[in-house]
Amino acid sequence: MTWNNSRGWLGAGSLVLASALILGGCSGSDAEPTASMAPTTGDAAVGDLTSSSDPLTLLIGSSGDAETAAVQAAVAAWSAESGVKADVQVASDLAQQLSQGFAAGSPPDLFYMSPDAIGGYAGNGSLKAYGDLLTNKADFYGPLVDNFTVDGDFYCAPKDFSTLALVINTDLWTAAGLTDADLPKTWDDLAAVSTKLTGEGHVGLAFGPEFQRIGVFFAEAGGGLVVDGAAAANSPENIEALTYVQTNLNAGNFAFSSDLGAGWGGEAFGKQLAAMVIEGNWITGALTNDFPDVNYLVAELPEGPGGQGTLQYTNCWGMAADSPNQTAALNLVEYLTAPEQQLAFSAAFGPMPSVSSAADAWTAANPKLAAFLAGAKYAQYLPSQVGSNEVVSDLNAQLESLKGGDPAAILGSVQSNLEAVIK
Amino acid sequence: MATQVATSRRGGSRSSGIRSGERLAGWLFSLPVIIILGVFLFIPVVMAIWVSFSDWSGRGSPLSSGVNFIGLGNYSDVTGGGGLAEKNFGIAIRNNAWYVILVVPIQTVLSLFLAVLVNRAILRGRSLFRMAFYFPSVTSSVAITVLWLFLFSTTGVINKVLSWFGVNGPNWFNDPRGIVHVALGAMGVDAAPTALTSHGLLGIDWWEWLSGPSFAMSAFVLMAVFTTSGTFMLLFLAALQNINPELGEAASVDGANGWQRFWRITLPQLRPTLFTVLTLGLIGTWQVFDQIYTGTQGGPGKTTLTPAYLSYESAFINQQWGRGSAIAFILFLIIIVFTLFQRWVLRERKVSKRRSYNHQAKGKKS
Repeated sequence: MTWNNSRGWLGAGSLVLASALILGGCSGSDAEPTASMAPTTGDAAVGDLTSSSDPLTLLIGSSGDAETAAVQAAVAAWSAESGVKADVQVASDLAQQLSQGFAAGSPPDLFYMSPDAIGGYAGNGSLKAYGDLLTNKADFYGPLVDNFTVDGDFYCAPKDFSTLALVINTDLWTAAGLTDADLPKTWDDLAAVSTKLTGEGHVGLAFGPEFQRIGVFFAEAGGGLVVDGAAAANSPENIEALTYVQTNLNAGNFAFSSDLGAGWGGEAFGKQLAAMVIEGNWITGALTNDFPDVNYLVAELPEGPGGQGTLQYTNCWGMAADSPNQTAALNLVEYLTAPEQQLAFSAAFGPMPSVSSAADAWTAANPKLAAFLAGAKYAQYLPSQVGSNEVVSDLNAQLESLKGGDPAAILGSVQSNLEAVIK
Repeated sequence: MATQVATSRRGGSRSSGIRSGERLAGWLFSLPVIIILGVFLFIPVVMAIWVSFSDWSGRGSPLSSGVNFIGLGNYSDVTGGGGLAEKNFGIAIRNNAWYVILVVPIQTVLSLFLAVLVNRAILRGRSLFRMAFYFPSVTSSVAITVLWLFLFSTTGVINKVLSWFGVNGPNWFNDPRGIVHVALGAMGVDAAPTALTSHGLLGIDWWEWLSGPSFAMSAFVLMAVFTTSGTFMLLFLAALQNINPELGEAASVDGANGWQRFWRITLPQLRPTLFTVLTLGLIGTWQVFDQIYTGTQGGPGKTTLTPAYLSYESAFINQQWGRGSAIAFILFLIIIVFTLFQRWVLRERKVSKRRSYNHQAKGKKS
């Protein structure tokens, strides 16, 4: 984009200026009336669902063919039952396609919504807060409901969830002379067994260099980035947690998966570069597909000074405020989050049902993965305030050089960033 | 009547009638392009300018009535204020500046070198070499990025080859350390002088500005040189073939050696092409996005964050559309300023007085 002659510059410049003035003028004069109108569309009041005979559109960010097929089958079954047409679209880049839909004023009716994006979309009024209208509201796990609650409004139904647990390579475990009685219960245990498990070609425990994994230690220490709605990144608990991780990283019994040459913990585990990893439910699918020969068990994470702790990951069925047929959409969400449907999804592509009434059936079907579901009771989640994912990615950038860093200084900078975000 | 006389004097009123028909036809023929450029380029650019001065939140049209003009707020967020927005922008500019500083000179020199090489008449299989050098340019940047991720993985080919020479290769795409810092560390300079850490620009201190590109960014530098040198080689090759060989022959007769002929005869005639190559290089390197988006998403440790990617991330991921467009326009200004500066450096200079005087003096003597 370079203009070669000055007349081109001048002409383009004056056009730009003129257009900017016109546009600025438009918005300036119109600003007043809309300020009073905004709340009706912005604050999605509960109870006023739109209703029409319009077909529904669902936009999902699918993990693969299994998930796409399962969602399509479920939605088709609901369509046959309800008589409302519904179309499932698979996004190649969910965040971008959602943004385009909202900007164009024609968003999909239902879509996968992640907690780190919900603050922004709830803030600009794109989302319909329909959580309190769900007939099965009481069935959802409390921490999941909290995860999708913004400013006191429960926005959307969690569609499923995962937690982090300790995944252990049983062959390396027994080779190191360890038994079931040695499963780590405390941080000291974890340090001890990971030291024993560290050997030629593999380390004891690996995890990604990110708060999304290391955060479990914060939770176990009794800390967390946000405690009771206030920024608490540099609390003594968090400093203790980060110091514990740093000490063990420097001792060599812990390692970042990236330092082992793996893209994520699951890859480090599958390639047997690490005897244990901290990962979520999704690791089971990856191990079955890519590393079927690795034998493993899933254990709960050890207790820290603050008790048990882990992190949960979830998505919800976001509903567009501009959807013309929210009544049908709500009905579809209730159908998709019913226990039997969530169990079918779980069997097809992995994550755990978000409703407690499906817990027993799920544990019966997945006895080896019970530790993941046990985490639901004490799981924390990443802050979801607008701008907090920038804070977390800044923390992650600092965590990559944690080995030589100062935990208190790292968390101090996170605290000041977080305070700017959480008012 | 007077006008008729005037026009007839200039060449006849009949031809003027034909000209006016041509004007209409001209507009008609260029109308499709004007409409397409207007709808897909000009209007979006103007709207983006508006968004960069507004509090548009990403819902509904940016021109709708609920969107307010907030002045330079989005610009001041990223250029001051001391928050994370400023720091991220500073880091992105730092990373991209190093990328530009390394890629533009290397790719320009390399492509010129390759062009001179494949332009030589005595080289056998010239067309084969031309094709081989050009080949990376026609490959999709996404495909090459994926290839690069494999080549530069910790246990990848590059590190394997380095290990044959006893070099313990770095953990390329996961190593956030800047190479200047690493080099200084190897010479024993581990701690930053306080003069550098106590001051800074855009939220990061001078020691961080001077860190150099990270290993991850260095891999992208190599990739950019690898992929674009072929294209620019073609430009230089076309220019080289336009140069009259007689000039070189005349210089040889005057006793100029090969290096002098290249430096004094060939290179000055390549000036327009050099300008094109440098301009395209500057624009391309300041706008680097594909590689970051497919490869690293800004990691490790934000060391491959670039303004273009930061703009995308602010808008599409964090819903801060005003900030995203503000970053895009600051980037646009940076590119304009660099292009103008470089145009000024490469301007046609008159021969300096001293030189022309010497030349004349010599001429008089002989």
